[in-house]
Amino acid sequence: MSGPHGHSLHFHGHSPIHRLPPEVKIAAALTFVAAVVATPREAVWAFGLHLLALVVVIAVAQVPAGFLARRMVIEVPFVVLAVTMPFISTGPTRPLGPFEVSVAGLWAGWALFAKGSLGALTALALAATTEAPDVVRGLARLRLPAQIVLIMSFMIRYLDVVSTELRRMRIARESRGHAVRGIRAWPVLASTAGALFVRSYERGERVHLAMLSRGFQGRVDLGEGGSAGGRDWLAAALPLTGAAIAATAWLSGAGR
Amino acid sequence: MSAPVLELAGVHHAYPDGHPTLRGVDLHVHRGERVALLGPNGAGKTTLVLHLNGILRPEAGQVSVAGLPVDEEHLLEVRRRVGVVFQDPDDQLFMPTVGQDVAFGPRNLGLRGDELRARVEHALDAVGMGEHADRAPHHLSFGQRRRVAVATVLAMQPDVLVLDEPSSNLDPASRRELADILDRLDVTVLMVTHDLPYVLQLCERSVVLSEGRVVGDGPTGEVLADEALMAAHRLELPYGFDPRSVPPRTRATTQ
Repeated sequence: MSGPHGHSLHFHGHSPIHRLPPEVKIAAALTFVAAVVATPREAVWAFGLHLLALVVVIAVAQVPAGFLARRMVIEVPFVVLAVTMPFISTGPTRPLGPFEVSVAGLWAGWALFAKGSLGALTALALAATTEAPDVVRGLARLRLPAQIVLIMSFMIRYLDVVSTELRRMRIARESRGHAVRGIRAWPVLASTAGALFVRSYERGERVHLAMLSRGFQGRVDLGEGGSAGGRDWLAAALPLTGAAIAATAWLSGAGR
Repeated sequence: MSAPVLELAGVHHAYPDGHPTLRGVDLHVHRGERVALLGPNGAGKTTLVLHLNGILRPEAGQVSVAGLPVDEEHLLEVRRRVGVVFQDPDDQLFMPTVGQDVAFGPRNLGLRGDELRARVEHALDAVGMGEHADRAPHHLSFGQRRRVAVATVLAMQPDVLVLDEPSSNLDPASRRELADILDRLDVTVLMVTHDLPYVLQLCERSVVLSEGRVVGDGPTGEVLADEALMAAHRLELPYGFDPRSVPPRTRATTQ
């Protein structure tokens, strides 16, 4: 099929991280994020160590920094929110350059920025080293409810199909001289969205029909294949490091 | 002679609004036959196909598959025996990888482990896609996806392969490759299509459906050469194509 494929988050590679079973990576990423969130925000050094641990993983995976940096743009709205926090929070204030800012807001903004960035970077590292179908497979093996896994699997499978359909509709529209300019284009865009919904709904019915024709009785196994071996769980090194950093930060009294 | 693979007797069906689509269809297909189902748009071809595996049920009349009536009790067995390949492979292929998708049908039949793997491998090899088991369907070309769709059904080892417009949207090379594959398969075939040269190449028998009735049934060469029948039911040969200019297909030798 021509056009972009729906895996722009994935960076093709053969590193040890790429080769890890997906369920191990998902569990490791989730636990690491939990450790980051549990770290007291006053322990600034701990976040530096978290970042260092994550950077080591990314280096082993040989994912270029620029690749991840461009995709970190998704975090911008949260950064904007974090930056405004010191200005809109109440309570005791302190001077910062020409401004008088809230101390509580400063800490809240810092925590949002640090924990959010580390979380986003972890998710991006997971996506860069694990292809979308493997993420689904991993979630199935982690015993996520089958219905949810199936819905995610359908979304990944049909994202390209639906976006190709949308592109064809746009090209057909523009070929008849339509240009999206201002509010007057909205009714046209709305009917495009409506038509796309109806088409997708009908496709859903056809897919279901084709599934029934092959004896579908309500169960799909997406987690087939070998499961993780003992050695694979060495990947627990990342979340364990994260947990150790968080625990140390608490013990050093930063959280009190 | 054993029971026909497909047997329809007086099958009637109407849309929910009461508009009739099938008005008493009688049709027998025997083991090893390759039959084309021809007819203009709206003749009821797709409706008929959906009756063969119990997606739709007749209002009157009877459908049986290898002697089994198509009813609630035999539904899974009927769906194993009648493999339907739908027109749009994107409707058929829904799993994350090709291999998982081909495994979907046999898994529903209760197969697991080595037996399941062997089925998947065999079916993909039969359509020349053995090396693509781990790929995502949306990374394949359209022709490859059509072939995988055939494999998803072959993996269930059906008695009869039902193909809805198998050559539609294929470039000439993909169209020929699919013909080579279908030609090699040792299976009964019912093919719904408007591609008449394809029919002459692949099916020795043709059935014409028009306004919900079977109006013609015979050797493909004779049906296509029957100008009165063709014209009466909006069937037209492509420009410059003369069905008498090539030897028609005879009944397959592999039985």
